[in-house]
Amino acid sequence: MTVLDNTSVKDGVDRETVDAVREVSTYKYGWETDIEMEYAPKGLTHDIVRLISSNNDEPEWMTEWRLEAYERWLKLKEPDWAMVDYPEIDFQDQYYYARPKSMEVKPKSLDEVDPKLLATYEKLGIPLKEQMILAGVESGEAPAEGRKVAVDAVFDSVSVGTTFQAELKKAGVIFCSISEAIREHPDLVKKYLGSVVPVSDNFYATLNSAVFSDGSFVYVPPGVRCPMELSTYFRINAENTGQFERTLIIADKGSYVSYLEGCTAPQRDIAQLHAAVVEIVIEEDAEVKYSTVQNWYPGDENGKGGIYNFVTKRADCRGDRAKVMWTQVETGSAVTWKYPSCILRGDDSQGEFYSIAITNNMQQADTGTKMVHLGKRTKSRIVSKGISAGKAQNTYRGLVSMHPKAKESRNYTQCDSLLIGSGCGAHTVPYIEVKNNSSRVEHEATTSKVDDDQLFYCRQRGMDEETAVALVVNGFCKDVLQALPMEFAMEAQQLVAISLEGSVG
Amino acid sequence: MALPQTKQDVTEARLSTLDMPQGASWANALRENALSRLRAAGLPDRRDEYWKYTRPETLVQAQGPEAALFEVDEEAELFGDVERLQIVFVDGVFDAEASDDLIGENVKIERLAEVSQTDIHWAKDLYGVLETRGQTPVARPLATLNTAMATDGVMIHATGKVSKAIHLVYHHKSTSSDAILHHLVKLEDGADLTIFESGPAAARFNKVMEVDIADTARFNHVRKQGRDHERVAVTHIFARLGRESAFKSFTLTANGVMTRNECVIELTGDDSVAHVAGAAVGDGDFHHDDTVFITHDAERCESRQVFKKVLRNGATGVFQGKILVKAGAQKTDGYQISQSLLLDGDSQFLAKPELEIYADDVICSHGSTSGAIDEEGLFYMRARGIPESTATDLLTLAFLAEAVQEVEDEGLREDINSRLSGWLERRRG
Repeated sequence: MTVLDNTSVKDGVDRETVDAVREVSTYKYGWETDIEMEYAPKGLTHDIVRLISSNNDEPEWMTEWRLEAYERWLKLKEPDWAMVDYPEIDFQDQYYYARPKSMEVKPKSLDEVDPKLLATYEKLGIPLKEQMILAGVESGEAPAEGRKVAVDAVFDSVSVGTTFQAELKKAGVIFCSISEAIREHPDLVKKYLGSVVPVSDNFYATLNSAVFSDGSFVYVPPGVRCPMELSTYFRINAENTGQFERTLIIADKGSYVSYLEGCTAPQRDIAQLHAAVVEIVIEEDAEVKYSTVQNWYPGDENGKGGIYNFVTKRADCRGDRAKVMWTQVETGSAVTWKYPSCILRGDDSQGEFYSIAITNNMQQADTGTKMVHLGKRTKSRIVSKGISAGKAQNTYRGLVSMHPKAKESRNYTQCDSLLIGSGCGAHTVPYIEVKNNSSRVEHEATTSKVDDDQLFYCRQRGMDEETAVALVVNGFCKDVLQALPMEFAMEAQQLVAISLEGSVG
Repeated sequence: MALPQTKQDVTEARLSTLDMPQGASWANALRENALSRLRAAGLPDRRDEYWKYTRPETLVQAQGPEAALFEVDEEAELFGDVERLQIVFVDGVFDAEASDDLIGENVKIERLAEVSQTDIHWAKDLYGVLETRGQTPVARPLATLNTAMATDGVMIHATGKVSKAIHLVYHHKSTSSDAILHHLVKLEDGADLTIFESGPAAARFNKVMEVDIADTARFNHVRKQGRDHERVAVTHIFARLGRESAFKSFTLTANGVMTRNECVIELTGDDSVAHVAGAAVGDGDFHHDDTVFITHDAERCESRQVFKKVLRNGATGVFQGKILVKAGAQKTDGYQISQSLLLDGDSQFLAKPELEIYADDVICSHGSTSGAIDEEGLFYMRARGIPESTATDLLTLAFLAEAVQEVEDEGLREDINSRLSGWLERRRG
């Protein structure tokens, strides 16, 4: 039973939309895996930070880096500007490290991987063949039909395994867990870690810098087009445990990589913390696509339980003509605080942000992006669709900044909101800072107004206004969906089989 | 949370330069109340989110900066063609000789300085009331300061259609004046009133106008802020609207190193309408901030915000606008547009156009754009033989037109346009 069953639906919002939102509200991944876990003691101290570092066999410089972050974090205050409301978090009442006991020694073959872990990923719908590969066993046959996807599976605080590593290595691509990268590729990590999201960036990023346990590392060498999609699947299983993942992606000159991220968690009454940092470095002529389907447990209809998702994601387009595309479908989490951002430093670099955020019941999402234009002729585009139902609050918060030297740059922002039921809220908080006059910035936030030029074009060809509007809006929604790689398309389509037509007119 | 010491210091320093006017017990109580609210909130500083784009230093410091007087040219008075009743303030001090008799049909006009001495007056139920309501969710401490310390102001009580417009004229004659005026406007059911304001008022000016609009009443407001470039000003309008009532306000600003115009409107009666608009042109160290907060708390209300700015030679334009639609305010129609035209590479436009919506059956939209003059439009005109400077002016006026269009009176609209083209021509040199 969801709140929606008792909600009278506004004229013009079709049944399909309501059903789709309801579908989203039934959480399919709420079970937990009964597995023997090892925990670090509760709470956060210098010793815990050292323990996490030593469990990952980290070198001394990394331990120092973490401790420095921890010292900083102690002096920071939790931010309160987002339009989200949740009970105070007791940071000492959390576990900061949890791993399955069987992972103490890294398994080398399928036989060695705990069958319960395998079953977990099977149940989460990761294809079996991938899963076999995930466990590190090369079968003689070709892997899964169609495109290959390399997966790094993170279970609570540790990476269970990474597939296709050998094949990727042939192409020169490094894809492994961040803990492995710190051990195996310290020079790269040293050079880039914290260079996009500095340790001091914000409360949660600083916390993450101190206690991050695992996550993925990607390095694509110059001129290489990564031969397959890369993916990380995050699963929170342990109770009272925060997950602090750290992802670092480096696309060297002229390279290309597409990266997918998925996440789920069991259904529990007590809220759990997830504070991730994702850093992407993009050099000259390189391109990165980063797609997320965020489906953490959202809590029940009364707002009990769920994941608090406080995430810092940022891409730095360092080189000229660098390109980044963020695509996110946000359906889970009790509280979301997430602003995947683009620093457009290189001339002619481009940033794109496509987002669909669906909140239902008592969920709260405060999400958006920052587009910081520093280079000349940089371009950015923001398309955000917020859908709010039940008693949920959905906020778009964004910044578009044109620096004085970012001549002839261009931004276009479109934020649409759709409310279903009278108990929810939809909010838009854009910041627009234009400091030169050769750049053009356009911001539109509406459920009723579409681009006049496009409308005019359609109408000129004989469409009535309603049809024209529907077509243009449909086109916009598809923009977001089409931006997703195939692997996510199915899931996302189901999550967003939602028409916005009803809200237009 | 305790106020940071720096804020306390700034607030106390400002207060030390002011004496609270004394009057009847109700007035004293309301002023004391405002004073304690101000001490709790503290005057704004640059760390406040609500002052992200405008630095409040000159508005809050103990002594305001000096402002040179503006050489008046032969320009005719903007409201000269409209029948009106003039009330003149010179550096914030009422000038009885220059003013008309404060008598009008369907209207009673008094002054705060006198009213606050009498024991029984309608003002005691309105003074500071809308200002207080306007303090949540965002504090506006400069308005609270005004309520506590205002030396004078006009109390207007309209009971029917007021045929003559009331024109508040603010002269600036002292380079170091620091004026605080607080006006109250109360419109009874079905009343209809127009208020004009013009002039720079003082080297530093802090003005609050509280407007209570009863059912079916209409309030119309046109303001021209003074051209004395060095003056600094912070103004607040707090308006509350009853059923089927209307509020319209337009502000023209040319020049001014610091102008912060806040407009806080509550639509509390069904089917009411509020329009706020502004056209601002400036260059050099011109800094203009329009901050608008409109709350929809009734059904089928309409609100419209139209703000246009033309900026040159490093001028700064700021827009912070918000539409808050409360739960139950169904069939709301909210519109907000903020645009700036940057005539050169040094000027900047900073905007935060917000929507906060808790009702599902609403149409709310906002748009914000910033850019240079349309090259294609310019080319088109030049291809037809229009000189570049004329073409630029025409395109600039066309850009401002949507805001000027919000002024109902056609003659006044034309006057405003000629002011704007005058400004453009003078800048062309």
